[in-house]
Amino acid sequence: MGVPNIVDGDTKRCIGMELKKLFLKANNELENTNGRAKSRKISCKTCQKKLTVEEIRANSFVCPACGYYFPVRARRRILMLTDKRSFHEMDRELVSKNVLEFPEYEEKLQQAMEKSRENEGVICGVATIQGQRVCLFSMDSNFMMGSMGAVVGEKITRIFEYATVEHLPVLGITVSGGARMQEGMLSLMQMSKVSQAVKRHSKAGNLYVVLLTNPTTGGVDASFAMLGDITLAEPGARVGFAGPRVIEKSLNQALPKNFQMSERVLECGFIDAIVPRNQQKEYLGKILKLHARLGEEYRMEEDHVSTGK
Amino acid sequence: MFRQASKPQDDYQVVLGARGENRSTAKDYIQSMISDFMEFHGDRYYGEDEAIIAGIGFLGDLPITVIGIEKGKDTNERIRHNFGSAHPEGYRKALRLMKQAEKFHRPVLCLVDTAGAYCGIDAEERGQGRAIADNLAEMADLKTPMISVVIGEGGSGGALALSHTDRIWMMEDAYFSVVSPESCANILWKSTEKADVAAKALGLTANRLYEMGLIEKICRKGKMKELSENLKKEFRLLLAKSVEELLEERYQRFRKIGY
Ligand SMILES: [Zn+2]
Repeated sequence: MGVPNIVDGDTKRCIGMELKKLFLKANNELENTNGRAKSRKISCKTCQKKLTVEEIRANSFVCPACGYYFPVRARRRILMLTDKRSFHEMDRELVSKNVLEFPEYEEKLQQAMEKSRENEGVICGVATIQGQRVCLFSMDSNFMMGSMGAVVGEKITRIFEYATVEHLPVLGITVSGGARMQEGMLSLMQMSKVSQAVKRHSKAGNLYVVLLTNPTTGGVDASFAMLGDITLAEPGARVGFAGPRVIEKSLNQALPKNFQMSERVLECGFIDAIVPRNQQKEYLGKILKLHARLGEEYRMEEDHVSTGK
Repeated sequence: MFRQASKPQDDYQVVLGARGENRSTAKDYIQSMISDFMEFHGDRYYGEDEAIIAGIGFLGDLPITVIGIEKGKDTNERIRHNFGSAHPEGYRKALRLMKQAEKFHRPVLCLVDTAGAYCGIDAEERGQGRAIADNLAEMADLKTPMISVVIGEGGSGGALALSHTDRIWMMEDAYFSVVSPESCANILWKSTEKADVAAKALGLTANRLYEMGLIEKICRKGKMKELSENLKKEFRLLLAKSVEELLEERYQRFRKIGY
C-alpha cells in the first residue's frame, strides 16, 4: 500500500504552530510587517489607488476601490480559510534537490525560499473549517511560480494518501505555472503520481474540493486541479492548460478578453461555482457539513468496500 | 533488457531527429505489428480527432486495443492529423477505447509521438487540461494491462496522457520531456539558441530516463519484429497477474518517482 511513513511518523510531522509568527518575516510588500508597515501605502495593480496594507488586509486582500484580487501566499490562505489555530502542518521539512544538476537550479531554490519563507511551493496539513476536519494543500506562487517539482508532488500525494486512510476530505488551493522544468521528467510524472492518489482517495468515497486561484495552468491544470468532486474558483483567475502567449503566438491572433478567465471557464462547463474571497470560508464550511453527514451514514458500508488499497 | 543507444549523440540532435520527417509514424508500427487492425472513431461527446488513431487488432494471436498519436507522412496527411497534436476529443476517444478494452480485458498498447497537446482557443475551451487529467486518473484504475511506447516525440502532458501505463518503453532515438528544449531555453535564458544546453539539462533521452528508472525498456530502432515479440512477451507476463496485483504495481511504479 502506498502510504509510507506518514501514519507512524504523524506526531513528528505535524507541527502545530502559531501562523502569525511566520508572517513577520515574509518577504513581499503585503506581508512584510516591519514596524510601521501596516500604514505603508501600496498602489493597486489595476486602478492605481493608493491603499494601506491594513486596508487591503481588512478587505480579504481585495482592492476596496476596484475589486482587484491581490495574490495571497499559501500560509495566509490557510489562515484565511481555516479555524483559528486548527492547522497542523505535515511534511514541512521536505526540500528539493537538484537531481538533474540543472544549471542555476540551486540558486533559484535558494531565492524562492528567501522570497516565500517556505521550504517548497506547497503547504500541506490538517485543519478544521467551521469545525469540520479537512486535509488541505495550499500552493504558493512566491515559490518559483508555484511550479510542481518532485517535492510538491510528493507532499500532495502524501496528503491524499493520509486522507484516504483517515477518511478525510481534501481541500486543494491551487496556483501554479505547471511542472517545474528544472526537474525534467521527474517533475512531469508528478502529474501521474498525484492523479492516481486522487483517484484512490475518490474511489474510497472521500470528498475532494478544489479552489482554483490565479493562475492555475500547465501540468497542474492538466492533473489534480481538474479532478475535484467540486471545483471552485476565485473571480478573474486564469485557469487553463496552455499559456496565453503560446496560443497567441501559434495562432497569430489576439485572444478574447475573457479567455481562460474563471468566469469563461465556468461558462465552458469546467467550474462549479465562482466564490468571492470574503465568502470562501463559509462556502467551504457548508460543503464540508453537507458531506460530513453523508460520510457518517456510509461509513459502515464503506468498510466492506475495497478502498483501492 | 537494457540496450545502449548505438552511438552517443548530442541530446538536442535526438530531439531534432525525433521530429524528423522520414520517421516511422504510429501507422507504420500498426501496419507492421498488428494484423486485422480496425480503426474506430469518435469520442462520443463532441467529435473525431484524427491526431489519434485507435482501434483493435491482433498482436500475434493476442487481441489488443491500439491507441497511437499519428503525425502523418505528407503535407495533406499532416494537416489531417493536426501534426500529431491532439485536441481534448482525441484524449477522450483514447479513454473511451481504453475503457472498452477494460471491459473485454484486452491489453492496451499506446504509441506516443507528439510535440504536445494542441494549444488553441477551442482546445482550451473544450477542456484540454481536464481531458489529460481524466486520462491520468482513469488509466491509474484501468483493469487491464497497458504498455506505452514512445516512438518519436514525447512532448510533455500531451504525451503523458497516454503514458500512465504498466510499462513505458522508448525507442532508442526518441525523447520524452517536460518541456521542449526551445521553450525551456526561451523561458530560462531568453534565447532559443541555447536549446542544446536545455536539451542536455532536461535529461530527455531514452538512456537518461532509463538510468533514472522512469522507463522500463529501450527499444532498438527499425526493429519492429523484435518490438512486436517483446510486446507479446510482456503482455503475457502482465496478463498473468491478478487485477489487484496489476493495479498495485502500476500505482507503485509512479508512486516512487521523484522522492
Ligand atoms: Zn484597485
